[in-house]
Amino acid sequence: MALLDVRNVTMKFGELVANDRVSFTVESGSIVGLIGPNGAGKTTLFNCVTGFLKPTGGAIIFDGADITGYTSYQIARLGAVRTFQVVRPLEEMTVFDNVLVGAFLKTSDNREAFARAADCIRLCSLESFQEKPAGELSIGGKKRLELARALATQPKLLMLDEVMAGLTSTEVRVSVEVILRLRESGITLMIVEHVMEGIMPIADKIVVLDGGVKIAEDAPGKVINDDSVIEAYLGAKYAQRFKAQKEDGARG
Amino acid sequence: MKPMQRKALKKKDALWLGFVALLTLLPLAPAVAANSFHMHVVILILLFASMAQAWNIIGGYCGQVSFGHSVFFGIGAYGAGMAVVTYGGMPWPGILVGVILAAAVAVVISYPCFKLSGHYFAIATFAIVEIFNRSFLVWDWIGGALGLDYPLVKEGLMNLMWYNTKTGYYYCALILFLTIFGTVRWLEGHRFGYYMRAVREGQETAESLGVNSTAVKLAALTALCGAFFAQYNLRVDTPMVVSLDMSMKFVLITVLGGAGTLVGPLLGAAVLIPLQEYTQAFWGGLGGGVDLIIFGLLIILMVVKQPGGMIGIFHAVQKGILKRKNAAKGESADGAP
Ligand SMILES: Nc1ncnc2c1ncn2[C@@H]1O[C@H](COP(=O)(O)OP(=O)(O)OP(=O)(O)O)[C@@H](O)[C@H]1O
Ligand SMILES: [Mg+2]
Repeated sequence: MALLDVRNVTMKFGELVANDRVSFTVESGSIVGLIGPNGAGKTTLFNCVTGFLKPTGGAIIFDGADITGYTSYQIARLGAVRTFQVVRPLEEMTVFDNVLVGAFLKTSDNREAFARAADCIRLCSLESFQEKPAGELSIGGKKRLELARALATQPKLLMLDEVMAGLTSTEVRVSVEVILRLRESGITLMIVEHVMEGIMPIADKIVVLDGGVKIAEDAPGKVINDDSVIEAYLGAKYAQRFKAQKEDGARG
Repeated sequence: MKPMQRKALKKKDALWLGFVALLTLLPLAPAVAANSFHMHVVILILLFASMAQAWNIIGGYCGQVSFGHSVFFGIGAYGAGMAVVTYGGMPWPGILVGVILAAAVAVVISYPCFKLSGHYFAIATFAIVEIFNRSFLVWDWIGGALGLDYPLVKEGLMNLMWYNTKTGYYYCALILFLTIFGTVRWLEGHRFGYYMRAVREGQETAESLGVNSTAVKLAALTALCGAFFAQYNLRVDTPMVVSLDMSMKFVLITVLGGAGTLVGPLLGAAVLIPLQEYTQAFWGGLGGGVDLIIFGLLIILMVVKQPGGMIGIFHAVQKGILKRKNAAKGESADGAP
């Protein structure tokens, strides 16, 4: 059975349909990439799954339970934890204490929580900043803090919303390694990402949204050759030109 | 935990224990023991510091500024007062009922209030105080506008009343103070404390990490303070306990000292209470206004110059000294070839 089952989820903001009957599954132990142009509805879908928005229609099944309409903290306790695209450090708390708040989800014991937090800090290379107020981190540091804090809750499903945006290509490689290590440790991941070199090599499956509608769900190799996906990213005119070019290349 | 942190904690523990010992022995100091007015001021400092600390849990650590705490305070005071005056018994059962009732009322009114955020939460609590104030004034069963005046009974711990010396009251206030400060001190270093701060820094972020922000409330402590206040004054009436005036004291003492810190409420009370008591003693009736004028000015200064309160000033000075020290060190290091 899939760990996460999104069934016909619709989210409307007044007239605007940000998610239009989106369905897909995330298998336990896999990495699923969620991509699509700006405004496609990726973050909105995250908000629906994690209880920050109540979907207008459809159902969300997580780990065998229907969690549609649950509050965000209930969903986090069940093990689906997300990061925020627009980073949200708890500014006046130290970097370490930020991660500690996450670590307290599974234990009220100080020693265990401190140890857990220290592990996550190390994994995300934040050791040298751990005593600083989180508000003073660089943007790259804040992105890593989002990851460390969510990770500290020991989630079953970790949902990352553009944690690689704005990183250098070396940093992207480091993040990719971290993510692969997380999967090895048994965490399932759902990743929203615009940085293709960050997501394509590691995803088992890519789900593509455009204008709130799911236009593709397939292995990364297949998705990048999908006509509707190319069109969504490049626009109809450029997609045709791109296709023609590719066919020329194939002939020549 | 890293060894450095552990050492810092040990030092803090030692400071705290030293402070507790000092307070325990204070009544033996001749200057305090001989002068019952000084004793009175010290008792009020302990009481108001405890009240402010109870407010600090929600208002300071969680960042939900409540003007409603005098309601819980009043319920505690009326609990004790009615047990003694209306039912002619010991105050203890009344205190217990008051504490439970206050917690129940807190749960009921927090349900709608916690749905509001920021200023709206504060405004709603304002309204709640007024509602309770008006209802209590016309409610004959609890004494109405006349209030409850304590009869003369045998002094001692049983009746929680003393007439000759204030030492008994002092130790009761100290127990109250240690209970509340001890609780907050413990909470600060544990999950609940981290959760409170997380809610203040970002409610949604905290919830994304599994924190249930509405479960965070502890009104019972405030009711305990109210009960003590009634026993100490030998009187309860509505303007004295359930009023915006009283609510303001909870807020202002904490803000002056430093909201969201353990020591803040004590510092604030140590400034406001002597100010209030000595000006009233010197200027009599007029003094009632003078202390508020001075206090108002202090608060304005503080909010404009250092929103962190007295603790904030202390930290800023400490940082400055540290910086200068480091700079000096840096220079000498550079100077060496
Ligand atoms: N709370 C909201 N109220 C109204 N409209 C919203 C809200 N949140 C998102 N939208 C709209 O829904 C659409 C989808 O937004 P969303 O943030 O989900 O896109 P996205 O795929 O995450 O984009 P990006 O790649 O830029 O992060 C956008 O048109 C956005 O303006
Ligand atoms: Mg987004």
